[in-house]
Amino acid sequence: MSMNLLNLLRRRTASAPVARERLQILLAHERGLRSQPDLLGVLREEILAVVSRHVTLDPDKVTVRLDRGKAVSTLEVDIEIPNNFGKQLAVAS
Amino acid sequence: MAKVLVVTSGKGGVGKTTSTAALGAALAQQGQKVVVVDFDVGLRNLDLIMGAERRVVFDLINVAQGVAKLSQALIRDKRLESLWLLPASQTRDKDALTDEGVRDIIADLRTKFDWVICDSPAGIERGATLAMRYADEAVVVTNPEVSSVRDADRIIGMLDSKTVKAEKGEQLRKHVLITRYDTGRANRGEMLNIDDILEILAIPLLGIIPESQDVLKASNVGSPVTLNNAASMPAKAYMDAARRLSGETIAMVVPSEPRRGFMGRLLGRRAA
Repeated sequence: MSMNLLNLLRRRTASAPVARERLQILLAHERGLRSQPDLLGVLREEILAVVSRHVTLDPDKVTVRLDRGKAVSTLEVDIEIPNNFGKQLAVAS
Repeated sequence: MAKVLVVTSGKGGVGKTTSTAALGAALAQQGQKVVVVDFDVGLRNLDLIMGAERRVVFDLINVAQGVAKLSQALIRDKRLESLWLLPASQTRDKDALTDEGVRDIIADLRTKFDWVICDSPAGIERGATLAMRYADEAVVVTNPEVSSVRDADRIIGMLDSKTVKAEKGEQLRKHVLITRYDTGRANRGEMLNIDDILEILAIPLLGIIPESQDVLKASNVGSPVTLNNAASMPAKAYMDAARRLSGETIAMVVPSEPRRGFMGRLLGRRAA
């Protein structure tokens, strides 16, 4: 009886199950990345190629970020375009 | 036929060098001819753990560059005549080691020894990839702790892609060696247990080395723990692990929790 009570108390403070779960989630993610080398690098290059066909931009001002959530992941593409963008667009049309 | 074994981990401080020395000595104690090779160029320590730090004249890089012959650089253990050490350089740049240099030395060592045990540096850089490059088998050392298990997983990925054996499409045998294991803490849920680690890493278990003062005592005096105190728990665990490497089937012993009396339990855990 007293042992059971002790175990119950312990289970509440046990941190190893948390460690195990965090590792399992993290490693599932990291193993996935290993098999698809540099997905973000490829995305960044291709997005850059498409956008620069229409606007002049600085390749260093393009960032691609991937955030993995539990249910959905988000792909964030941030492209900084110089202020004379409007003029260029007018010329193009 | 000679076997080349790499002892690796990714993370530093988990017990690669201690395990290299202990497994090397254990195999030699079991009658095998063994060389332990330090790949940690610039930060060599295997010589110190083996108690041969004052006998180093030539090193791995001298041999790789043709400055010294292999026979001049090899140091024979004073206690076990079938155990040898090939030290790393302490002064040279780690880039002094080339793929071809390592390939030739390993090929040469294969003709002279039953076991060539390569002690990998920490990290995933060139030194670590060179240490595993020509291996037939790998021992991945990990502690029951998240960062060490994560790095072990990363290293397993590299063993499956960056070794010559993997590139040829052959199977490189991998084992996990769990060090600094505290059965009491694992049972209380304070530490990852054996099943957790094996399920996550998914490679066979070579041994469980208990957390023990005997390991530090052995390194203090420069003697592999299997030689320094053969009756100690970690020494027995390493001896069993060495037998498993040789292909013997030995039942796995989970280190028992040290017994504590009533007062001990009342006062809680003893200080580590």
